[in-house]
Amino acid sequence: MTKHEVLEPRPGDVRLQSVIKLAIYAVGGQGGGVLTGWIEDLARSQGWAAQATSVAGVSQRTGATIYYIEMAPGGGQPVFSLMPAAGDVDVMIAAEWMEAGRAIIRGFVTPDRTTLIASTHRNLAVSEKMVPGDGIADGQAVREAAVQMAKRLISADFESVAVRSGSVISATLFGALAASGTLPFPRSAYEDAIRSGGKGAEASLRAFAAGYESAEKGEAPAVKPAPVPQARGVKGPARLMAEWNRLAARAETLPGEAGAMALAGLKKVVDFQDLAYGADYLDRVERIRDRDRAPFDLTREAAKYIANAMTYDDVIRVADLKTRSSRLDRIRGEMGAKDGQLMQLTEFMHPRAEEVVGLFPAGWGAKVAGNPDRMERLDRWINRGRRIRTDSATGFTLLWILGGLKPWRRRTLRHAEEVAHMEAWLARAMGQVDRDYALAVEILRCRRLVKGYSDTHARGLSKFDRVMEAIALVQGREDAADWARRLREAALKDEEGKALDGAIQTIHSFL
Amino acid sequence: MAERSFKAEVEHLRKGDGDTFTGEGILALTKALLENGVGYVGGYQGAPISHLMDVLADAEDLMSELGIRFEANANEAAAAAMLAASVHYPIRGAVTFKGSVGVNVASDALANLASSGVTGGALVIVGEDYGEGSSIMQERSHAFAMKSQFWLLDPRPNLPAIVKAVGDGFELSEATNTPVMLMVRIRSCHVTGSFPTRTNRRPALTVRDALSNPRSDFARVVLPPMSYLHEQDKVKHRWPAAERFIRDRGLNERFGPDKAPIGIVVQGGMYNGVIRALQRLGLADLYGETQVPLYVLNVTYPLVSSEFLEFCEGKDQVMVVEEGQPEFIEQQLTTFLYRAGSTVKLRGKDILPMAGEYTGQVMLDSIAAFLRQAAPDMLPATVRAPNDDKPKAPDLTKVVPIRPPGFCTGCPERPIFAALKLVQKDLGKHQITGDIGCHLFGSLPPFEVGGATMGYGLGPAANAAFDGGGERRPISIIGDGGFWHNGLSSSITNMVFNKSDGLVVVVDNYYSAATGGQDVMSSRATNASKDTQHPISQAVKGVGVKWVRQIDRTYDVPKLRDTLHEALTTKEPGPKIIVASSECMLNRQRREKPLRAQAIKAGRRVEAPRFGVDEAVCTGDHACMRLSGCPSLGLKHTGDPLRDDPVAHIDQTCVGCGNCGEVADAAVLCPSFYRADVVHNPGKFEIWWAGVTARFTGWLARRRAAKRLEFAA
Repeated sequence: MTKHEVLEPRPGDVRLQSVIKLAIYAVGGQGGGVLTGWIEDLARSQGWAAQATSVAGVSQRTGATIYYIEMAPGGGQPVFSLMPAAGDVDVMIAAEWMEAGRAIIRGFVTPDRTTLIASTHRNLAVSEKMVPGDGIADGQAVREAAVQMAKRLISADFESVAVRSGSVISATLFGALAASGTLPFPRSAYEDAIRSGGKGAEASLRAFAAGYESAEKGEAPAVKPAPVPQARGVKGPARLMAEWNRLAARAETLPGEAGAMALAGLKKVVDFQDLAYGADYLDRVERIRDRDRAPFDLTREAAKYIANAMTYDDVIRVADLKTRSSRLDRIRGEMGAKDGQLMQLTEFMHPRAEEVVGLFPAGWGAKVAGNPDRMERLDRWINRGRRIRTDSATGFTLLWILGGLKPWRRRTLRHAEEVAHMEAWLARAMGQVDRDYALAVEILRCRRLVKGYSDTHARGLSKFDRVMEAIALVQGREDAADWARRLREAALKDEEGKALDGAIQTIHSFL
Repeated sequence: MAERSFKAEVEHLRKGDGDTFTGEGILALTKALLENGVGYVGGYQGAPISHLMDVLADAEDLMSELGIRFEANANEAAAAAMLAASVHYPIRGAVTFKGSVGVNVASDALANLASSGVTGGALVIVGEDYGEGSSIMQERSHAFAMKSQFWLLDPRPNLPAIVKAVGDGFELSEATNTPVMLMVRIRSCHVTGSFPTRTNRRPALTVRDALSNPRSDFARVVLPPMSYLHEQDKVKHRWPAAERFIRDRGLNERFGPDKAPIGIVVQGGMYNGVIRALQRLGLADLYGETQVPLYVLNVTYPLVSSEFLEFCEGKDQVMVVEEGQPEFIEQQLTTFLYRAGSTVKLRGKDILPMAGEYTGQVMLDSIAAFLRQAAPDMLPATVRAPNDDKPKAPDLTKVVPIRPPGFCTGCPERPIFAALKLVQKDLGKHQITGDIGCHLFGSLPPFEVGGATMGYGLGPAANAAFDGGGERRPISIIGDGGFWHNGLSSSITNMVFNKSDGLVVVVDNYYSAATGGQDVMSSRATNASKDTQHPISQAVKGVGVKWVRQIDRTYDVPKLRDTLHEALTTKEPGPKIIVASSECMLNRQRREKPLRAQAIKAGRRVEAPRFGVDEAVCTGDHACMRLSGCPSLGLKHTGDPLRDDPVAHIDQTCVGCGNCGEVADAAVLCPSFYRADVVHNPGKFEIWWAGVTARFTGWLARRRAAKRLEFAA
């Protein structure tokens, strides 16, 4: 047995206070390993003892992953820990906003000592993306916790800063670490650590500097989106502009927030079809206003959802949107295509018989749609994936022609169906106005359930129908509006409608 | 081909006497093998020792200079079996794999090896995958050492200690004719540090030389009556010899004062955790000098009774820090105390949790609790009466989403699972088993395809009970790694022989992708020292499968869906096998990205594809997400007051794999996806023609725009 003896008990070692403990929470693929390597090299280059550990394995494949570094001044081989401990971390670097939240949950961020350097950007987890409604986690809750728990919070969108510098987030976070001043090393030592890393040092140094600057500046206060777009930003032939101005003025006279909402709705509706259609829209909203009262919630919701209902997604709309002159420039910008570079554009379309029949005149179309044999025959011609090159003359022209069918639209089967559905929904809501105002508002909001194409659209419609049926059950109860809201939220939780089933069962249980 | 190249680091493995090596634990292990005159090495990849295999592969030139044979074994059983070379020949051999699953696979060979006994030092380096980040069931490799009687080293987690353990291990093995298992935990494998190097040593006898002078000795064969003698030899000679060696060479260590009423017995690998807790309690200094006596077990099997009892002398209470369950060490030490008639009170799992990783907090709480009970005078006032007014963090557990590992951006396995999900929408839910590998992520949302995994290469075998057929065929999924590891024999031949009616989807991504891109038999790349390019489809045909379909572009979702549909409905008897093959995108990008950048720089024509979403067309129903889960496919709020839900959005990390478009087509999703191919360095004619087209389409678009109102976005 090898003996290492120490005889005298003694008070706590003051040298322990000079140990700096630094943890990194990252999402697999963010370059956490590179950042760890830089920090380690940096510490050693300054004559400090340093030790790093990580748990790699499959967690590098998009999972949450953690790196841990300890360093102490002077030589020798201190006994360092291989993992962070709750309440014992000096610097916590979170390479994504929810990972900052995870670090707080784990107790690695404490007000007595932890500097939290966190990137505010989001890298959405699969569970957030799958939700048919809005499943994105509450970033504000993390911010409140971070402000409360960190000794100092340094936050900025270090991901965007990195992308703008043509590099990756590990470099901007390294810059933020330098700016934080939590390590007693000069900026030049950080830059030397990057240089000695070799590969891609130039881009990394650029990103390092940008990260340093953003950390010092702190986060730009979030720019609030302009409340609702104004009547500006519209152009066209004078004759149309005159009519537009009349309609816009009409929309703006709607009371309270409804006015702004109706203006946004009007734009969408006119863009979808024409000014006459916009006038129809305002007629509908005004009819509801006539039966509404302050604070005009019903009118506001009507302005929003009638616009959405009237701008259903048909072949004409998709083709029109894909052949606008501004689209190409927008995409070129998004793709970062430079002058002298060409861009090919492939659209992925999969029309079915339903879409084609939807374009038929209402009467004839209904007859065809009602005949399964004919639908099947039609489907055999139509139903197949089609890739259309909108950078080619033929592909573009085909969609351009389809997009030009607008004048025909109001006579189509699809239009008839959509109008019927909308009128039924509005009638149902208005039937409640005098009895249960809040319920009427909630019924209008249920329009949110109708979205998507083909199967998804069908599923949305069926959820809408089931919610409407369930609402009919609770109608007349004091908490009917509350139940309507709960039903709608449940329907948006998952694809199959399991949460909705649960909510409906609950209703049946107390009826 | 491996995900990470160690070529640069491998140069450090040449360092000699008087130099210092600085780097990761796995590299230190490799260096130690070379310094100790190892004659052959092998193993099978898997976290946390995947990189050790990569280092060995990258160091092959260096090893052949020294006359060392390197094998990338077919599986852990093959690796352990290779140690047979040390049975008759005085050659040091080392193999590596992950614990405890690798040890499970290797246990047949390990048991035979332990029974035969060894002449040359035989070392099994096990990467113990336990605790946070682990991808396997939580068990201990310790039990295997106990049942087969080989010795288990668990060195302190720093580079000098790990390096020393390699030398100690070989010598212990030779002194006791017993194989030795060296356990390194996941963090020890990746821990960084320095150690003084020694010059690499050629093996005294190379495997080549041994082959020229073959030996045999039937006394070493595991057959009766020799096997009975082996057992007697284990307990009468090898075990006592091991105890002697461990004592004489001081493999276990003691720290702290000789005299104290209490002490802590700790596995070597847990040493740093214990010291950190003592540091935080004011009972140890920066360099680990402690006021609480520690008995550090760098050898956790066998335990040396006399040494332990000496440590316990004069103590009232001793605590055992032993991670994982069952508490083998604690039970053994209890027996030692009982047999010696000792009154020392042994503490351990009565304070520490029985299961789970011993994190910093667990260590601090447990050691503080032990001291509070056993020696309250040693604790500073703050710990004895903790002042509990720490601020409580707001509860974020309901806010922060879980983030399990998943398919990478552009992963070729994603479309396979999208197709499977679509087929099940059509034909109903099927009984599905998975195997080991990236494809197991398919069992997580959004796909939720598949249930049980029974082990590497055992996915299809795990469906054997259902192989008689029924209303819906059983499906199993297996990767190319699992296929060659064990799957061809245990799963495929099993199906053929038993006239299975099931479907097997072999996910072939060109190499063992999950473990970091190591080559396997069917790898497409040429490998200087390995024979690759043996197609899986030929292998299954060779063992008698009649219905085989090869799909060479997994991104073709409609084709995959139709092929799956056919496999599940065909009248053809016997197993149905689809080999779905596309290269691992993570490794492919690593290789191709620099090449593409070079080509663009050199002025060659390059098309760079990326997908996009027309915001106005996307209705925010997220149906595409439920068939993708791609990291580059996210969501964003539009700021449009008319919209409640965020719309799909594709960021700049998209690699243009095509899954989005294919899925939109196959599942008839919305027409909002488009693919944009930016053409770098286009040709002259191409530029002219694009100009003509743009003038025409621009004219059409403007013509319409002029007759209507245009709204700025």
